[in-house]
Parts: sequence; structure tokens; C-alpha cells
Amino acid sequence: MANLLELQNISKVYTRGLISAKATVALQDFSLTLREEEPTIMTVAGESGSGKTTLAMLLLGFITPTTGQIIYRGQNIVGLEGKDRMAYRREVQAVFQDPFAVFNPFYTVDHLLSVPIKRFKLAKSRADARNRMEEALTAVGLRPEDVLGRFPHQLSGGQRQRINVARALLLKPRLLIADEPVSMVDASLRASILETLRNLQRDHGVSIIYITHDLTTAYHIAKSIIVLYRGSVMEAGDVDKVIKSPQHPYTKLLVDSIPWPNLDQRWGEQPIKVRESGGDEGGCPFRSRCPVAMDICSTRPPLFQTSPSQAASCYLYAEKPQIVAERLSELLPV
Amino acid sequence: MPTTTSSDAQSGSRNASLPFTATGGRPVLSVEHLEATYYTDLGRAKALDDVSFTLSAGEKLGMVGESGSGKSTLALAMMRMIKAPGRIEGGRVVVGDTDLMSLSEEDMRKARLSKIAYIPQGAMNSLNPVTRIGAQMVDAVKSHIPGEPRSSIIERCMHALRSVDLDEGVFRMYAHELSGGMKQRVCIAIGILLRPEVIIADEPTSALDVVTQRQVMETIDRVQDEINAAVILIGHDMGLMAQFVDKVAVMYAGRLVEVSTVREMFTEPKHPYAKALIGSLPNLDNKGVFQGIPGLAPSLLRLPSGCAFHPRCPAAMDICSTTRPEVRKLASGRIVTCHLYNEEA
Amino acid sequence: MANIALSSDQTPTLQPGRVELLLRYLRRNKGLAVGLVILLALTLFTVIGLLVVNPKSAYPLSAALKQPPSLKFPFGTDFFGRNLLAAMVLGMWQTAAIGLLAGGIGTLIGVILGFTSAYFGGWVDNTVRVVCQVLTPIPVLLIQVVVAGSLDKRDVTILTMALIVVMLAWMGPTLVIRAQVLTMKERQFVSVAKLSGVSDFGIIFKEILPNLLPFIAAAFVGQVFAAVFASFYLAVLGLGPLREPLLGNIIWAAQSQGAFFNGWWWWPIEPSVAMILILGSLALINMGLDELANPRVRRTE
Repeated sequence: MANLLELQNISKVYTRGLISAKATVALQDFSLTLREEEPTIMTVAGESGSGKTTLAMLLLGFITPTTGQIIYRGQNIVGLEGKDRMAYRREVQAVFQDPFAVFNPFYTVDHLLSVPIKRFKLAKSRADARNRMEEALTAVGLRPEDVLGRFPHQLSGGQRQRINVARALLLKPRLLIADEPVSMVDASLRASILETLRNLQRDHGVSIIYITHDLTTAYHIAKSIIVLYRGSVMEAGDVDKVIKSPQHPYTKLLVDSIPWPNLDQRWGEQPIKVRESGGDEGGCPFRSRCPVAMDICSTRPPLFQTSPSQAASCYLYAEKPQIVAERLSELLPV
Repeated sequence: MPTTTSSDAQSGSRNASLPFTATGGRPVLSVEHLEATYYTDLGRAKALDDVSFTLSAGEKLGMVGESGSGKSTLALAMMRMIKAPGRIEGGRVVVGDTDLMSLSEEDMRKARLSKIAYIPQGAMNSLNPVTRIGAQMVDAVKSHIPGEPRSSIIERCMHALRSVDLDEGVFRMYAHELSGGMKQRVCIAIGILLRPEVIIADEPTSALDVVTQRQVMETIDRVQDEINAAVILIGHDMGLMAQFVDKVAVMYAGRLVEVSTVREMFTEPKHPYAKALIGSLPNLDNKGVFQGIPGLAPSLLRLPSGCAFHPRCPAAMDICSTTRPEVRKLASGRIVTCHLYNEEA
Repeated sequence: MANIALSSDQTPTLQPGRVELLLRYLRRNKGLAVGLVILLALTLFTVIGLLVVNPKSAYPLSAALKQPPSLKFPFGTDFFGRNLLAAMVLGMWQTAAIGLLAGGIGTLIGVILGFTSAYFGGWVDNTVRVVCQVLTPIPVLLIQVVVAGSLDKRDVTILTMALIVVMLAWMGPTLVIRAQVLTMKERQFVSVAKLSGVSDFGIIFKEILPNLLPFIAAAFVGQVFAAVFASFYLAVLGLGPLREPLLGNIIWAAQSQGAFFNGWWWWPIEPSVAMILILGSLALINMGLDELANPRVRRTE
């Protein structure tokens, strides 16, 4: 069974300043394996600063890891050249958050779709290319004649984001990184975009990594979830279990703050402790905000398997079996 | 029985369309038949079409709608901050005893922040980056109360900072030293400096993560309790509305299509658009079921005939494509703008 | 209000045509409009003049000396017997040539260096940036005067004038374009282009360059302005190609013959007015383009 994608002990550290070098750890010792024959939807959840965007950039090959390697189909993506690089680009795609920023304002919106068709030779002729574009646009609920030939500023945010998703449909990659694809879109449109993404996975075998801070949508679309906080994995596992019965104090705080559209599910039972700055080098990154922090938390907790499909890195579960970071993926349901 | 408001005498025959007040107290805000139009190069867009509602002190109203529905325009209109090519063309906005539309420019300037405060979307990014927070707060006070001595201005600012759960040290800090949530709370603090009667918050938490969002909303809640203001929360996150507001108003294509209490809205929405909105919400019990609303919101420049929602409405009748529905007040006090309820009024 | 959703089942009304949008824009950006009008008038003058006038009469000893403006000589003649109308026409043409040549070369260097250093970064970027920053504070006028002054009089031609002028002018456009490319490089549509398999050069030429056209145009106009101005003052100082009827040369000649004292007022006034019009229109166009290129300055429609 070949591995589609393997992240092996990835760390990304940013250093700033010449004299007093200040190091920010964006991602620490992160490992993940996605298998080729099992396309799945996985969510990486976290607030800003959690490392989720860094992860997306690493997966897309826009930045290189400080340590560790990213192996795509057996090859390290750093150093891919020529045909191999094109193949990687062809098979790993993204849907980004901001519906406007992905369009080059100089061109009509067709440009977004026509360029990859041309570069990846997805069509045999101009007519074929046009057909594929229209097919993809229709599949996301747009009428091609309303949209093709227009400039991005002439369309609404919802239409633009639908075109973004149409691009993903058109390319049918093996791996799709969806970075907050619905957060800048009206609530009424979210459902259909998420539905399209799910169809991509179910009917076309595309693996999706859904990056978000919105646990509600994550719950609906993903099978497994990884919760990040300041660069480290706090909890991971089956999305149902993690959201309905969170183990890690951070996840508990997150889940408790979700504004469920349900009057009988009130938020706010967990108190929010303000984070004191500094003092948490090494050790659990959540320590300074954790209501149940203990002395032992000053050393970084490993991952403990709290149930067959759930793991949390918290000493509260110290008596449970440990899992090495590299084997975390085996835990996640597909 | 809804209480009559002081404006009843003037509105005469249009009494039936004045909305109710949930708590039965005297409304501190009464918006009556507000109309606003944008005259663009491509035509006329009616951004606000006969919008009316009331709010009592201490009440929270959630204003929801898609982009382009008019909710932000409503806030701007209430603050008289609509610029050309937009124009307010009718209606009153009564805060306490004063109709804001009848004030002079100078009086309106004074009324902003002291009677009615507006925290715009992305306010936290509009904080002046080169002056300290304290200086910005002091400026806001000074421009409204020119004679106040500096020591009492500072006391006022510190009190506001404490109300939003920020350390007094923030007074001396710069905007870039604060996190997103802290900046937003500074904006709320500035909003309450002069203890306004109405606070309008436009998507105050859209750029914030879930935990900070809760913190900011709890802050607004606390602050409102303290000064007993009425709060209008503009947004499109129904979940946020469920957790925070007392009443929900739904806007579509510039019209207020439904105003109900939050419980009524979530259990038994009346207007088909509101129903579809509620139906599309994800919750813990229907994992994997997605139900969007088909079609697209119409352009304000080219509204459909009759009811603007009829092309997308699952319950559309013949009358819906020919006749504009009127705003109706139901026996329960709810407001609906839909032909389905023509008999119930 | 910029976010008005478009309906899916209604045909779009006619969009105002491009020409009409352009005219509307010009009405708002009056500086640009005025500058363009003046420039157009000057161009017409030069073009028609070149067709009508006998170029030889722009050189000395071709007409009666020191004649004030009259029907026969609409601009008069000078001390050396030049027909000043012919001289002005030819002079304008030569000034334009220097301006366009120097402006073009300067902008081209700016584009090439600015793009490569910003996009590829690393040591290339550092070198270019340092060189530009080191050369910028050098007093341009002095160097130009020294270089022009030390050349053999016969070597000073239109071409050499252009080169002298460009020599220390290319750093400006380079740094400006570099700055713009650096920002644009981080824009998300560039990332998406990378994901779509576009090569580095494809990104530079097809994605970034088209968006920088207003900047490049503004830089070009700025360069032309600087070139015309430099050629003017070098010529006024007597360092230009003396035989040619360059506008600055005419003034230098007029001044050295004491034109005002002798009552030949038309001799220096005509080239001065012409120069003011040229530089003025270029400056207005430059400011107008600035507003066009910077969307934040531009009032949204």
C-alpha cells in the first residue's frame, strides 16, 4: 500500500532579528501519513497562530521545513524538478479562503480555469477546454454564461468562491488543501460548497485536508480531526468523538465556545483564562491557559491514546498507552 | 399587547406596521419606515425599503442577511453616515426622544457616540497605528464633551477599559501591541465611553477565533448590562445569534422580511427565507446533511417583480410574482413580510 | 455596496463602453486630461511642422537675420539666420527623441533589473539594491555637466545626450518597480498561478507584469520628464550638440548674444514657452498616472 503523502517530523521555525534572534516555532515535530487508496477528509483545526496555515504552505511546497521531510509518492518534495515537479503540482491543489485574492485582477475569471487546463494539458482543444470549464461551473451551481468573460470585481464573493471550487473540480487532484474555504462566504452558500467538497472525496477519490477554526463545519465534513495549538498537536482522532467528548483541556475550551445555532446548547461553561505571556518555552504550549495545569506540564507531554480512535497530548491521561507522533495517523479513521 | 410609542400620533394610518417591543418597556430606539437608495452608474439600487423596528433598553437585536441585503447600509443610515451616491430618502430614527434624521450636521456629530455608537466591521484594523490607545480614547471624548477636565476624561477611559476586561496599562499601548481580540475590545470600549443608548456592532467577531469570539461577545453582554443600552448585532452567523440576542430580524434585498424573538425564529420561522436559513444550519444531530438555499440573492439594481424572494421560494404563489407583500404585524407581535400571512394580520 | 450580488436569471444591462468609461475617468482626473491635451497639441505641432517646414532652414544662414515675427517668418529669425519656426519644430522633435530614447532605456533597465531582483531575491537582489542605493545620492547634475563638458564637441550628438541623461537615472524606476514586484509576488493569485503549473518566467510576464503596466507607464513618463529636463539644462549651459536647434541650445545662443538687451525678445521666449509646455504636460501626466496606478488614491467609481 503506497503512501500518498508522508510528513516526517516536520518542524518549521522562524527566526527574526540579527542580534537578539527571536525564534517562533510555527510547527513542531508534526507527522502525518495519508494513504493512496483511502481518500479521506481530514480536518486540521486551530486558532490563528496554531500552525495550520504553515502546514498548508508546507504541503503545497511554498515553504520548506526547517527539519523533517515531506515525501510525496516516495519522493522528497524539496528538490523535485521538471516533470516530477509538474506532476506534484498537478496532483496537489488548494482552495483558499479569500475569494477575491486568488484572481488576477488584470484578467477575466476564465483565466483561473484556463491556465491550469493549458499547463497541465487537460484538454485536447479550445472547445474541449471550454466544455470542461462549463461543466465544472455548472457542477458548483453557476451558469457559465453569467460568469465567464467577467472580471472578478463584477461578481459577488459567493460566485467567486464557487469558481474557486470549480477549479478544484476541474483539476481533480489527489490531494486538496482547503484552507478556510467557507469562512468568507455567506452562511447560505456554505452548505453547498461543503457538499461539493464532500462529493469530490466520495465520488472522485480526492483526499481533502480541511483547515479551519470553525469546528461546526469541520464536524460536518470531516472524518478525522487534528487539533493544533501553537504548533503542536493537542488532540486527534475521530471527529465525532473529539467534538462530542473532547479529552484535552484546549479542545474542551474550543468545543465549549462553539456558537451552536441551538438555544438549548449554550456556550460558556469553561472559563477563559487569559494567557500570560512568556514562560512556556518547552513543556505543553497550553500550560499558561490551562485551568488544570500541573507541575509535570513543564515538560512536553507525549500523545496518549485515550480510546481506539482518539489521542490527546495531556498528562491527565498519563496512565494510557503512549503513541509516537509518527504513528498518529494509524489512529485516524478514514 | 404592544405598547404605543410616542410616534404613533404622527404615523396615523400606518400604525399596524409598527413593530412590537418584546419587554413591553418604552422603546429606546424606534426606526420608522427608513428608506435609502444608491444612485450608481448602473442604475438605482434601493438598499433600504420601508424598514421599521423598535428596541428597548437592555434588549439585543440580531440583524441577519446575506451580503448585499442591506444590513450594513441600515447601520450606516441610522448613523447618517451614508455617502454619495447613496441617499436617505425617508423615515425616522428616534433614539430616546430625538429623531436623528431631523438633527443638524453638528448636532448629529455630537449624537454619534453619545447617543448611538457604531462599531464598524474591521474596526480593530482602523485603530490609528501611530498614536497610543489612550490618546485615541481621549480624543473621542474631547470631541464630544469639550469642557471636561482631563482627569475626569482619563477616569472615564479607564472605566471603559475595565468594563471590557482590559488592563489599564492598555491605555499607554499601541494598537500593534495588542491581539485581535484585545483590539476589538478596545473598539467596544471606545464605543461605550459616552454611555450611548444604542450600540450597533457590525460583525464584531468575524476575524476572531472561536474562543476570542466568545470572550468579545461576553464582554459586549457585560457592558450592555452596565450601561443598559440597546444592542444591534449585525452578522450572518446564526449560531452567534442563537447564543447572544433576544430578537432576530432578517433582511433580504433591502426589506425586513421577518422579526421574531430568537426562540420563535429557531423553532418556528415564518418567512420562507428565514425557514431556509434555519434549515441550512449545521448542528450536532444532522451530521453530513447539507441543505443550502438554491439560487443567488438578486442584485438590488434589478429586483424581481413582486416579492424579491419569489424566484427562490419553495412556497411561491401566483400573487408573489406580481404584488409586493406588505409588512404585517401578526397577533403574536411578530413581523412578517410575506403573502402567506396576509390573512393573519 | 461594492458587493452587490448579480442575479442568475436576468440578462445584464449594457455596460458603458470602454471609451465612455475612459472619458468619465478623465473628467475626474483633470490633471491627466489637461496634460494629455497639451501633449497632444505639441505633438500635432511637431508632426505637422515636420511635414510643412524645410528642415534646412533650422540651421544658420538660411534666412534673413534677426527678423521679428511676421507673416513670412511666423516665429521670427535669430542672430544666425535660423528660421525659428523650423528651429522650434525640429528642436521639439529632437527633444522628443532624446526624451523617448533616454526614457525608454531607463524604463527598460528598470523593468529588467527590478523584476529579476525582486522575483529571484538572494544575492542578485542584494547587489542590485545596494548598487541603486549607492548611486542614488550622487549629484546627477554635476556628473552630467562633467561628462558632457569633457566630451569632444563633435561627439556630442542626440544619442550621446540621451546616454548621459540615462546614466544616472535608471535607479529610480528600478527601485520602484522592484518594490511593486516584491508586494505583488506575495499576492495569492501568484500562489495560485504556481499551483497551476506556471513557470517562474510565466509568472513574471503573464501574471505580474500586466498588473504593473500603470506603474511602468508612470515610471516611463517620469523618465522622459527627467531626460527632457536634463537635456534642456545641459543645452542651456552650452553643453549640448551646438549645431542642432535643440530648444536649450537656442536659449543658450540667445543668451550669449544678449538677445534681451538687443530687443530680440522672440528669440529666447519661444523656446522657453515651448519648454514650459512640454515639461508641464509631462508633469501633469505623471501625476495623473500616479493616481491611476495607486488604487487607494483613486476615488472608486
